[in-house]
Amino acid sequence: MEKILQVKDLELSFHTFGGEVKAIRGVNFDLYKGETLAIVGESGSGKSVTTKSIMRLLPEATSEFKNGEILFGGRDLTKLSDKEMQKIRGKDISMIFQDPMTSLNPTMPIGRQITEPILKHQKISKDEAKKVAIDLLRLVGMPKPELRMKQYPHQFSGGQRQRIVIAIALACNPQILIADEPTTALDVTIQAQILELMKDLQKKIDTSIIFITHDLGVVANVADRVAVMYGGKIVEIGTVDEIFYNPQHPYTWGLLSSMPSMDAEDAKLYAIPGTPPDLLDPPKGDAFALRSEYAMKIDMEQPPPFFKVSDTHMAATWLLHPEAPAVEPPEMVIERMKKFPGSRYYEGSAN
Amino acid sequence: MARYIGKRLIYMFITLALIATFTFFLMKILPGSPIASADKLSPEQRAVVEARYGLDQPLPVQYFDYMFGLLQGDLGISINQFKGANVTDVILSRMGPSAQIGFQGMLLGTVLGILFGMVAALRQNTWVDYGSTIVAIIGISIPSFVFASMLQYWLGLKWDLFPVALWKDGFMSSVLPSIALAMFPLATAARFIRTEMIEVLGSDYITLAKAKGASGSEIAFKHAFRNALIPLITVLGPMAVSILTGSLVVEQIFAIPGIGEQFVKSIMVNDFSIIMGTTIFFSVFLIVVILVVDILYGVIDPRIRLSGGKS
Repeated sequence: MEKILQVKDLELSFHTFGGEVKAIRGVNFDLYKGETLAIVGESGSGKSVTTKSIMRLLPEATSEFKNGEILFGGRDLTKLSDKEMQKIRGKDISMIFQDPMTSLNPTMPIGRQITEPILKHQKISKDEAKKVAIDLLRLVGMPKPELRMKQYPHQFSGGQRQRIVIAIALACNPQILIADEPTTALDVTIQAQILELMKDLQKKIDTSIIFITHDLGVVANVADRVAVMYGGKIVEIGTVDEIFYNPQHPYTWGLLSSMPSMDAEDAKLYAIPGTPPDLLDPPKGDAFALRSEYAMKIDMEQPPPFFKVSDTHMAATWLLHPEAPAVEPPEMVIERMKKFPGSRYYEGSAN
Repeated sequence: MARYIGKRLIYMFITLALIATFTFFLMKILPGSPIASADKLSPEQRAVVEARYGLDQPLPVQYFDYMFGLLQGDLGISINQFKGANVTDVILSRMGPSAQIGFQGMLLGTVLGILFGMVAALRQNTWVDYGSTIVAIIGISIPSFVFASMLQYWLGLKWDLFPVALWKDGFMSSVLPSIALAMFPLATAARFIRTEMIEVLGSDYITLAKAKGASGSEIAFKHAFRNALIPLITVLGPMAVSILTGSLVVEQIFAIPGIGEQFVKSIMVNDFSIIMGTTIFFSVFLIVVILVVDILYGVIDPRIRLSGGKS
């Protein structure tokens, strides 16, 4: 498959009054054409910062690329000038934000907000751009698009606004669409509609999607591959089945265990103990070690490298080292692994 | 919209009636008489003069006479300041210079203030920003009469660029008073626009605009500016007040034959009908400004559009 975007050894810091916050500490991943890659992790894990750095939307005064590159179309995005980035933003790479209630300009009719990137990136007249915008609105399922072009954001509901934001993002048929928790601010029924819409549109225009979320239910629904981020690093990456049914990193185990389940007998929700690491002074070894009951001595001293689980599956944990003692994952994870061919707990087809 | 304005007009009418009533009785309570050298007149002479202006009538009769006249647009006649001249004519003849320096001051103040505020916000925490903040602090904390004197001294006397005072050289005469009046609106606008621009520039829709590929200037002017204007409209009212009160002092200092100067004199000589007339005139002006401000809100911010929005 064709790699459309490559993130290599990316390191990025914020300069704050308290000191240098190492928000991204060596992130590697590839994005393939037409796939949906979900990035999951708790707040502060660096998932939003990673994608915002691809778009170069972080404040230039306080953020700094320390290392690595972001390769797109043969160019390193970290080195482009602002002018060159403007030509890429909204055209080749576009973005959907978390809160549709605040991501549209309240004093501009939505028609103008949709035609803006079209007029910016394509050489067409205003009237043609309007037609394109109306078609886009129809595409995202907005009834009577001609009439609604002149209306302002406050005249739409939250779900409709997110549809408009999606229309804006798709205006120039981008090669990459970054969706930063696009359904988090919406209620559950609308969430499902928006996810369906995104899946439909992805097929229609054949775009690659980077989908950021902390909702594993959403991940299972939309993603082809999943990257789990923790403390500014990717700790595990693999296909959606590999992450859900054959997870290797203790943090992924914790994440999966803390997912509410319909058929769990006792209703008590599992929570990972402790708090995320302080990235002003990141831990020397495995960032998750302090919260992990599986931590070994080496986890405190040396960051684990990536161990290959399969061609598509990698995890950064010392537990995969040949000399590491075999440990039992949590009950709930073992239950999942039993359904996955290739895992050590596989019991034949469960379904 | 028409219905809304109609409603507002009724309220305005009630407000005006209250202001007129209040001012009327307030003046009657105050000591002093509009009749010059009243002490020297014999009681008979005094009675003749008072009868001429209706001052011999009982207070309620005077009040209703006045209010009835007011309803017909009659502000009465000047008792001593302009010796029998119609108050409406006096005000109208004096309005020109006041309106000119007021308008010029307001325009200069808001335009420069917006400019300062925008530049400060876009160049946050640089010397440009600090400079504009200092200008704003000076503009707010130093009263207009101090500016007026300073302008007269430096620009008028020392450098001889503009006439020091009087209303003889047309536009040139209006420059210094306009600048003096502009300082407060300038400082207020600069402060408001800076704060609001910084907040707006940090909002999600600005990030989205950036994500669309918009350039820095497109973001500042197409997306941020209009949203940053909204709170400025709120202070347009107080700014208009500052122009009015400022004009009382500034017109005195520059010896401009405007309403403010005439108002101050009328108070000193107790000319009831002129004081009443000018108060009512100022009130009308302010009430209209407030109405215009409320309508402007809707023009700039579609969320506050008055006719219910679903056009």
